Amino acid sequence: MEPILIIRNLRVAIEGREILRGVNLEVRPGEVHAIMGPNGSGKSTLAAVLAGREEYEVLEGTVLFEGKNLLEMEPEERARAGLFLAFQYPVEIPGVTMATFLRTALNEIRKVRGLEPLDPVAFLKLARERMEWVDIDPSFLQRSVNEGFSGGEKKRNEIFQLLLLEPRLAILDETDSGLDIDALKIVASGVNRMRSPERAFVVITHYQRLLNYIIPDFVHVLYDGRIVRSGGKELALELEERGYDWLRPDSEEVILPTVDER
Amino acid sequence: MAVQQDDILQQVTSAEYKYGFVAPIEEEIAPIGLNEEIIRYIWERKGEPEWMLEWRLRAYRHWKTMQEPRWAKVVYPPIDYQGISYYAAPKKRHVRSLDEIDPEIRRMFEKLGIPLEEQKLLAGVAVDAVLDSASVATTFKEKLAELGIIFCSMSEAIQKYPELVQKYLGSVVPYTDNFFAALNSAVFSDGSFVYVPPGVRCPMELSTYFRINAARTGQFERTLIIADEGSYVSYLEGCTAPMRDEHQLHAAVVELIALDGAEIKYSTVQNWYPGDREGRGGIYNFVTKRGICLGKESKISWTQVETGSAITWKYPSVILKGEGSVGEFYSVAVTNNFQQADTGTKMIHIGRHTRSRIVSKGIAAGRSSNTYRGLVRILRSADHARNYTQCDSLLIGSSCGAHTFPYIEVLNPTAVTEHEATTSKIGEDMLFYCRQRGISEEDAVALIVNGYCREVLSHLPMEFAVEAQKLLAISLEGSVG
Repeated sequence: MEPILIIRNLRVAIEGREILRGVNLEVRPGEVHAIMGPNGSGKSTLAAVLAGREEYEVLEGTVLFEGKNLLEMEPEERARAGLFLAFQYPVEIPGVTMATFLRTALNEIRKVRGLEPLDPVAFLKLARERMEWVDIDPSFLQRSVNEGFSGGEKKRNEIFQLLLLEPRLAILDETDSGLDIDALKIVASGVNRMRSPERAFVVITHYQRLLNYIIPDFVHVLYDGRIVRSGGKELALELEERGYDWLRPDSEEVILPTVDER
Repeated sequence: MAVQQDDILQQVTSAEYKYGFVAPIEEEIAPIGLNEEIIRYIWERKGEPEWMLEWRLRAYRHWKTMQEPRWAKVVYPPIDYQGISYYAAPKKRHVRSLDEIDPEIRRMFEKLGIPLEEQKLLAGVAVDAVLDSASVATTFKEKLAELGIIFCSMSEAIQKYPELVQKYLGSVVPYTDNFFAALNSAVFSDGSFVYVPPGVRCPMELSTYFRINAARTGQFERTLIIADEGSYVSYLEGCTAPMRDEHQLHAAVVELIALDGAEIKYSTVQNWYPGDREGRGGIYNFVTKRGICLGKESKISWTQVETGSAITWKYPSVILKGEGSVGEFYSVAVTNNFQQADTGTKMIHIGRHTRSRIVSKGIAAGRSSNTYRGLVRILRSADHARNYTQCDSLLIGSSCGAHTFPYIEVLNPTAVTEHEATTSKIGEDMLFYCRQRGISEEDAVALIVNGYCREVLSHLPMEFAVEAQKLLAISLEGSVG
């Protein structure tokens, strides 16, 4: 099957500093790719660039999303084409209810898919069903977007939006950060319900923990702006055990002195 | 409100001021300039009783001694008060039914989406349509008359209900109050008059659409609303004006009187021509609006959505005289391009246990200036008075300005006042979050702004709230990106 996403030699800078230094990645429908790496390795930059944040400068490389040049598309065009980003830090929008926000979003996306807009009743029905999947109370729909939500609620809310908007490619940016084990399981079960032969996931995470529940097909290690190693799900376990330093591109298994030895 | 969202978002596509056209209607226009002769001219044309001439002349003579106020944070070239015509009336008048209205006028109202037709009955809105200075049509009067409610033009009220007019006209805003109020008192041509008798709850929203049409004529509306004991009335005022290259002066006066246990709700959506993107043209809107809670446990509530005019100078106020009376002010003021707004409210607490609430949302975009100016004055007599003020400013872009001038004067130690103020910007993060969900940047701004104003919009009657949401979106078009 044709890849949904093809990233070739992507080099990206912000404020003159190069963060991604030649990333290559192919994601096919039905696959779950985990991208792991230490802090500052460029994981979130990759997510942001794919979603279309404007403050990043693409120095080189191409990104094809279902054959189209993703980097030339506006953020909303990417979203309507089926690219979804679950934000690491979801944004609060005071006074705008979840219902208004999501119905507006969903109907924009449906328009592109050639579907009729959902009326409020149909929307409510669909939204309630999907909220149940991630254990969110229906009263959330009348609350302002992310306002006053706890950290865990915000993350579940991101996954709820994923369930509702049914993207072709979902990028989860550290969705597991700040979640306790119960919330993590709920989030994972929501994602797993959405796994299908047509849909792909890119799961960005610092820790292996989430990958116990969302089993990836591939694990990639992003280090210093490059993917330095790719493997199956067992790579995540290895990383959990050994950390990241042994993968440093410029050193073979350098073992840094511990505090005691210094 | 979610229901309306798509509709609203679709409306956001036309960029220019939608209501800028001039309808060719025959008008009778007073000679340019202002003197006692002109006052007489207006008085004669309107066929008013003698006491009105005296009233107008007193106001005019006082006006001549006054200075145009300069304390507001607005800048404009000097106004040549002798270069304006102070009266314009459509020639065909005295209509008894809708059929008699000049077809041109009706077409214009239709273009504006003002349903002066029978459908209005279904919507439960009676319309007293004011075109330029003279009232053209008043509907549903009979239905209201059954309840003893008077809803007519000010001219008609002067003729038919002189005792009510004489008792209350100028009782809340005397002609000595300020420069523009004095000018209005001297030359006002028409407006609306409402009287609700004791214990009557007005069953429909009363509404007036104002419209400035003739070139180089100021419009000087005069509105007087009296709610007698235990009555209730909700009044809607909506405004649009045709596009003109020259500035137009508008100086209205609105007076509200609430007796014991009465409640008046006054809602405005103001959408006058704001000038073009370079700041040319636009209406000067210098309005004096004030209500008095004369009776015990009475209530006056102002809600305004101000998106139009080149300059807005407006402070709908409440004098809280009756014990336990309540004053409210809910405001959204939007300025874009080169618009200037200096608006807010005054809450004057005189009676014991009086309460007031102020919620102001200022939104500035383009190179505009948006100022909140408010006064909360609690007099010595106002034991246990309370005020809550919330005053928020939202900036879009980096060339606009938001300013807040809250004055709080408390002379009674038992009073409690609270003031909260915030200033924020529509952040890139907020916009990006919306866009990542498939919502365009322009729609995202409309969504965010409507959310920001929700508390105020929720105080508008439903059909007005929808109109207001559309206006907010339209007036902020092109403000980002």
